[in-house]
Amino acid sequence: MSRPEQIAPPEVFYNDSESFKYTNNSRVMKIQAQMTDRSLELLNLNNTSDLFLIDVGCGSGLSGEILTERGFQWVGLDISPSMLANGLDKEVEGDLFLSDIGNGIPFRAGTFDAGISISAIQWLCNADSSNADPKKRLLRFFNTLYSSLKRGGKFVAQFYPANDNQIEQITSSAKTAGFQGGIIVDDPESKKNKKHYLVLTAGVSERQINLKGVTIEQKNENSKLKSKSKRQVETRKEYINRKKELMTKRGKKVANDSKFTARKRRPKF
Amino acid sequence: MKFLTTNFVRCPIKACDSSPDSFPLKFQDTTLIQEEQDFNPQFIAAMLERLDWPAVVSVASDLGNNSLPSLKPENISWEDQENSQLLKDLHTLLLETKIVEGKMVCRNCHHIFYIKESIANFLLPPHLAS
Repeated sequence: MSRPEQIAPPEVFYNDSESFKYTNNSRVMKIQAQMTDRSLELLNLNNTSDLFLIDVGCGSGLSGEILTERGFQWVGLDISPSMLANGLDKEVEGDLFLSDIGNGIPFRAGTFDAGISISAIQWLCNADSSNADPKKRLLRFFNTLYSSLKRGGKFVAQFYPANDNQIEQITSSAKTAGFQGGIIVDDPESKKNKKHYLVLTAGVSERQINLKGVTIEQKNENSKLKSKSKRQVETRKEYINRKKELMTKRGKKVANDSKFTARKRRPKF
Repeated sequence: MKFLTTNFVRCPIKACDSSPDSFPLKFQDTTLIQEEQDFNPQFIAAMLERLDWPAVVSVASDLGNNSLPSLKPENISWEDQENSQLLKDLHTLLLETKIVEGKMVCRNCHHIFYIKESIANFLLPPHLAS
């Protein structure tokens, strides 16, 4: 499976020819439409036409067109000028912004009722330049997103994580920013059609997220794995003390513990 | 960019987050067009509650419209016939007025963001990126 994230930064990858291909490919259009519909289903918005939405990583407005069809007013952000130009050609209804979401969502507090994002936020996990720190960019994104949503606002983002680590990174940043929620995986058995949705709420919402047909999995951490990962993070001092304890248990002669135990010997010694 | 959106955008630079001056942005050298949109009184009434009226007035005067009342119309119900003219006027202002070209200046850090072909450019130079 090819991963555009590993080829080039988004504003470079989606150049004129790539954006044109993307926007006019009927297969891409179909999948994007399905994912947008699914995201809206998860959002469970009430069907009044007085809502204001944000589309993060709107691209050429494939998802935006569906929002317009449903009668929502929306604003879209994207980092690729060519994608936005394609959107302009299609005369999408929403306002388009050329903006890097890793630098924050440039809207004041309580602007949006809800937000969606289709195949975009996995880009944030990549460091595309020497001074970009994915962790900081993710946190900046979720912090500003949290404040730009009204209280009880909901956000659903479909994304393509490269590995479990990225899922963990994204969910933990979202939780640090104050969001509640988790990941929904559609079609978990299929390798090709598996889709990840990050579902978040900012505060308590009147209308809950639509969790129909979703089975909630409890994380059962293997104790063996736990001790293994524990070992990876232990310090040198902890390591030496653990080994000493083990050796005394086995009846070996071990040096007495003192304040100098596990300290580094300076070169002057 | 629709006039409505001007009431929500703020300076994306991290240092301006805590400054009240980062909203609203100051609009300069703008070119406007009027584009017809479907009239949806329910949406206008809902947005009216969310609008920051002093910002609406100040942006409107940036764009050369000084005729707005300084007080926000309150308790507007979209089902009420009396309000239909007011909501229609607001619709013309908020959704049908579009900024096609222009500059937005942050009142705090004085950074200039450009609007071209109705797309606002909020990309930051590397030294300002957070």
